[in-house]
Amino acid sequence: MEKRIYFDHAATTPVKKEVLDKMLPYFSEVFGNPNSQHAFGRDAVKAVDEARDTIARLINAKPSEIYFTSGGTESDNWALRGTAHALREKGKHLIISSIEHPAMLTTAKQLEKDGYDVTYLKVDEYGLVDPEEVRKAIRPDTIFIGVMAANNEVGTIEPIKEIAEIAREHKIMMFTDAVQAAGVLKLDVKELGVDMMSFSGHKFYGPKGVGVLYIRSGVRVDSILTGGHQERMKRGGTTNVPAIVGMAEAFRIANENMEENARYVTALRERFINGIFARVPDVKLNGHRTRRLPANADFSFKYIEGEGILFHLDLAGISVSSGSACSSGSLEPSHVLLAMGVPAETAHGSIRFTFGTDNTEEEVDYAIDVVAKTVEKLRAMSPLFKTEEGEKEYV
Amino acid sequence: MYNEKVMKVFANPKNVGEVENYDAIGTVGNATCGDIMQITLKIDNDVITDAKFKTFGCAAAIATSSTATEMIKGKTLDEALKITNKQVVEELEGLPPQKLHCSVLAEEAIKAAIEDYRKKQGA
Repeated sequence: MEKRIYFDHAATTPVKKEVLDKMLPYFSEVFGNPNSQHAFGRDAVKAVDEARDTIARLINAKPSEIYFTSGGTESDNWALRGTAHALREKGKHLIISSIEHPAMLTTAKQLEKDGYDVTYLKVDEYGLVDPEEVRKAIRPDTIFIGVMAANNEVGTIEPIKEIAEIAREHKIMMFTDAVQAAGVLKLDVKELGVDMMSFSGHKFYGPKGVGVLYIRSGVRVDSILTGGHQERMKRGGTTNVPAIVGMAEAFRIANENMEENARYVTALRERFINGIFARVPDVKLNGHRTRRLPANADFSFKYIEGEGILFHLDLAGISVSSGSACSSGSLEPSHVLLAMGVPAETAHGSIRFTFGTDNTEEEVDYAIDVVAKTVEKLRAMSPLFKTEEGEKEYV
Repeated sequence: MYNEKVMKVFANPKNVGEVENYDAIGTVGNATCGDIMQITLKIDNDVITDAKFKTFGCAAAIATSSTATEMIKGKTLDEALKITNKQVVEELEGLPPQKLHCSVLAEEAIKAAIEDYRKKQGA
């Protein structure tokens, strides 16, 4: 198999040619530091201002509400830790969902050590947060509510607008991690009603190492990267001009082609899901059947372990992702699937397929065939899978 | 993260399945932790004449199962009991540190199978 097939677009995406072309002059020609008070600096400022305007317009924010960061992790950290620190006199209770990205969960765990109290919201079997659960979790000392716009593993789209309304009623800061949703779903911060929102450039065919934190004007968030005068003194560090230019261009292209891309990718996903259900028995589609990201198909293949599937697909030229224990080096399977009530042994056999506009129907059909054969091969060597005399044991 | 040898053995493991009319069976691990290894043996005059495995687990678990069953074939029970997880790992030219527990599982499965056999023999 010489051809490689990439079905891991939730991990990262290739930089579009037109995005790269737009970035290139900002490495060696327009290389100035926007902080510099000369012509080189001014040219760089112009590029960053344009990028900021573009992004602000696309999410219905003001340019002054857009802060550039190093990516989703920094933006998530900033929103959570920055709010916790800024509002600590007001209260020390934080509410986040149990299926947030580790950028949120790990930060929350650290804040717990610092004396904060964190409520981790339960989700239903589809990975959905119930807004009423948010309401019930609110206490007089709650200062922060954070729920992701869409989940990175199972693709479930959360009811952010409804949750933000509840947050607003109680005058609590509402944050959404939109890393997986940006460039895929329409994100209007006014419509959503969020105070803060994060996303990252490389999930929508832009460059890595760059992201955004939207902070509504008037919202108090302390800095976590302290340094120079960059980003209106809120985020130190030399401005990553080429990456910012690239992210803005990629975001513009993704937004302008959003419906068309969604249609194309959803069709590939549905072809894949239907193909897998037709060929593979004892398989479960994780997440919501319709309320999910266009690109995402996350399956649990019973009786077998995800890493084996991943490597067999890799040997056949197909790149996918596994949230299972062994690939991450711990014995715990995906925290998202466990929170959704998927039994640990089933969660171990989970594979995430995320499609992109660069994929084709032929690739999907080839992958269905390889997956079906791989699952069969691995089940033949699984002690949990017994076919003789119709006996099927699953512990 | 795996070396070529491990990937090769994982992709085409030997001794997959269950020995017909096996004389001994050993199963270790549990599904919740993501690893179950079952080894079945045919034993003739205290010599292991055939060994097969069924494994629910990662690539390292499958590779160590294959290698361990290869290593014990033709050995006496006492010789097989002396095979350590370290030897299995050496045979595979190394495993990533977080995967070493898979090789322990292989050693334990062999021990469990032989124990099962000796129990049945009333020895």
